[in-house]
Amino acid sequence: MLQNRYGRLAAAVLAGSMLMGAAACGGSEDSSAKPADGGSSSAAAGGGKGAKVGLAYDIGGRGDQSFNDAAAAGLDKAKGELGLAETKELEAGNGETEAAKEERLRLLADGGYNPIIAIGFAYSGPLKKVAAEFPDTKFAIVDDADATGPNISNLMFAEHEGSFLVGAAAALKSKKDHVGFVGGVRVPLIAKFEAGFMAGAKAVKPDIKIDSKYISEPPDFGGFNDPAKGKTAAQGMFDAGADVVYHAAGGSGGGVFEAAKAAKGMAIGVDSDQAKTAASELQSVIMTSMVKKVDVAVFDFLKSYADGAVKSGAITYDLKAGGVDYSTTGGQIDDIKTKLDEYKQKIISGEITVPDKNS
Amino acid sequence: MSPAGSSFTDRLLGRVRLGGLLSLAAPVLAIVFAGLITSIVLLVTGGPPLETLGVMVDYGVQPRTMVLTLNYATTYYLSALAVAVGFRMNLFNIGVDGQYRLAALIAAAVGGAAVLPGPLNTVLVIVVAMLVGAGWASIAGLLKVRRGVSEVISTIMLNAIATALGAWLLNTDRLAVEVAGSNNIGTKPIPEAARVPGLEIIPGTGTKVFGLILLAVAMGVLYHVLLNRTRFGFDLRATGRSESAAVASGVNVRKMVLIAMIMSGAMAGLIGMPQLLGASYSYSLDFPTGLGFTGIAIALLGRNHPVGIALGALLWGFLDASSNILQLHDISPEIVAIMQGTIVLSVIVAYELVHRYQISAGQRRVSKELAGKTPAQPEGASA
Repeated sequence: MLQNRYGRLAAAVLAGSMLMGAAACGGSEDSSAKPADGGSSSAAAGGGKGAKVGLAYDIGGRGDQSFNDAAAAGLDKAKGELGLAETKELEAGNGETEAAKEERLRLLADGGYNPIIAIGFAYSGPLKKVAAEFPDTKFAIVDDADATGPNISNLMFAEHEGSFLVGAAAALKSKKDHVGFVGGVRVPLIAKFEAGFMAGAKAVKPDIKIDSKYISEPPDFGGFNDPAKGKTAAQGMFDAGADVVYHAAGGSGGGVFEAAKAAKGMAIGVDSDQAKTAASELQSVIMTSMVKKVDVAVFDFLKSYADGAVKSGAITYDLKAGGVDYSTTGGQIDDIKTKLDEYKQKIISGEITVPDKNS
Repeated sequence: MSPAGSSFTDRLLGRVRLGGLLSLAAPVLAIVFAGLITSIVLLVTGGPPLETLGVMVDYGVQPRTMVLTLNYATTYYLSALAVAVGFRMNLFNIGVDGQYRLAALIAAAVGGAAVLPGPLNTVLVIVVAMLVGAGWASIAGLLKVRRGVSEVISTIMLNAIATALGAWLLNTDRLAVEVAGSNNIGTKPIPEAARVPGLEIIPGTGTKVFGLILLAVAMGVLYHVLLNRTRFGFDLRATGRSESAAVASGVNVRKMVLIAMIMSGAMAGLIGMPQLLGASYSYSLDFPTGLGFTGIAIALLGRNHPVGIALGALLWGFLDASSNILQLHDISPEIVAIMQGTIVLSVIVAYELVHRYQISAGQRRVSKELAGKTPAQPEGASA
């Protein structure tokens, strides 16, 4: 029995090594063909003036209709306007380790991609390490100011300032003095949206009732992509008497809009101008959206690289810089626009300081 | 146990071993089958199979990738062992995932508090992790022993509860601290003196292999010795094969269920340790998740054998590591998940096929022998 077991094991090892051997043969054929490939592409890169841009997405990657897509839009715009030589987009796997993120950035840097943009705070630690290893490559990271270095640009957003404005809009439009907030996952980033929204609503009506609910708790990040739960959460708020609900829940937002439509209430979109991007039958319930212009930040960074004017350190896209804003598509908030712009000016001038977390 | 009298579960969990040439046939069949399916998927999705494999192997033999693969394999190995302990006893501990996450979180907080100096703190962190994992698993064990609740159901539910509990604990009011300028939160970092340094096993790269890979190896040896060389291991395997026979021979099955569950949970507690003590030093929002489920697949792949699991974990780690390079060559990274799934399925199917062949071959042989005797009988009768 024992002999058999070890025999079986040896066989497994043998078979495995045979496979590896066969694969290695395939590999060598392939690698003989590759240098020619690589040679021609690097020649092309040398011939053109544009940059070889590497983009590392968070989970979801291009096509998530949210955060990553906004970054992709910025890249696409840069591709057209700046004549980039080559772009490479890699995405994260679910539940992966920091080492995997590190390796992703390293592969890009090793492959001569410069600049490299990491989307999302999860890249913070890995980016810091890899940026130190490749001092001649420029890096940018969205939503994180912890990773700093001479070749790292931190693209930060003042989500709370934009959320303040839509909070004010919600309070101004609410007939029942009762509004709601649906967050995707209870993480500090989403708490910034919540804090700004609450402050904005209370600035208009100090005793307004605000419901707040998060769809999921970390490490379950499903709350960013669960329209059914988004609908349930928003429905609860509409049933309890709210008439405007703001969501910062990524893909779950579609459910919030459905609930608003069913309850004949109103909803506020997030990240992009959702009155344009949401399903067409739901666009009418979206009175405004808190726009977070990740695309602008990505494009600006690439442009500054093309101009040779990359600045390291934090660049904050706030109201003043036009990095966050409220949208007016659909004309539903045209009547309160002047009031909102007043608040906007007050925030820009520093008269109002918006809290970025709830005390 | 005779191969003919075995159930599908026995064969699935590697309780019945193949003999002779057949032991070679099963893995070869599995590899050929998995390669075939993956090639078809690659062809359908427009990727060249040979080139893809070439890219993966080229990348796989680079020193940095080997380190990455070993590091992945270390955690996967511990996870698969945790699952395998239960499997050998017919316990399906689906809750390894929740057990290791909760264990890592609490152990990280204890380590961050630095109540003990230097290496003692390291030991404390590991012990706390094992205790938390064992404690969480023992809930499912107790429910099964006292109330007859299926451990499959209770561990799945405990996973969900562990997620909620973890989220509640990982809050700045409780165990977490804010990372300045970041949108991340995590437990207080474990002090430098308590961290486990990496090993430079593989030359030619600055990245290091988890120091706790040694712990994983030790656990593999312990698993083997405990199961095959001790009275306890015999009882455990006996209970797994036939509960009634075990009872008849004086094994306290309830106690065995509880102990097996606790051991599985304690092992699960170790899963997060290489990452925690060797890389991230704190449990934060981006601590790897889902390792417990990977462990189930690898335990099946390795057929619950300590060396088989090690090979499975290395293969799995290599495939995970290669997802980045595939993307760089414009091949969808999802192909890795397809490969992993196909490999597990083909191993199960291949072994089952070979087992069935062995059984029917045995039956044919017996019937041939019988047939050989039958004609002799009438002759004898006539005489």
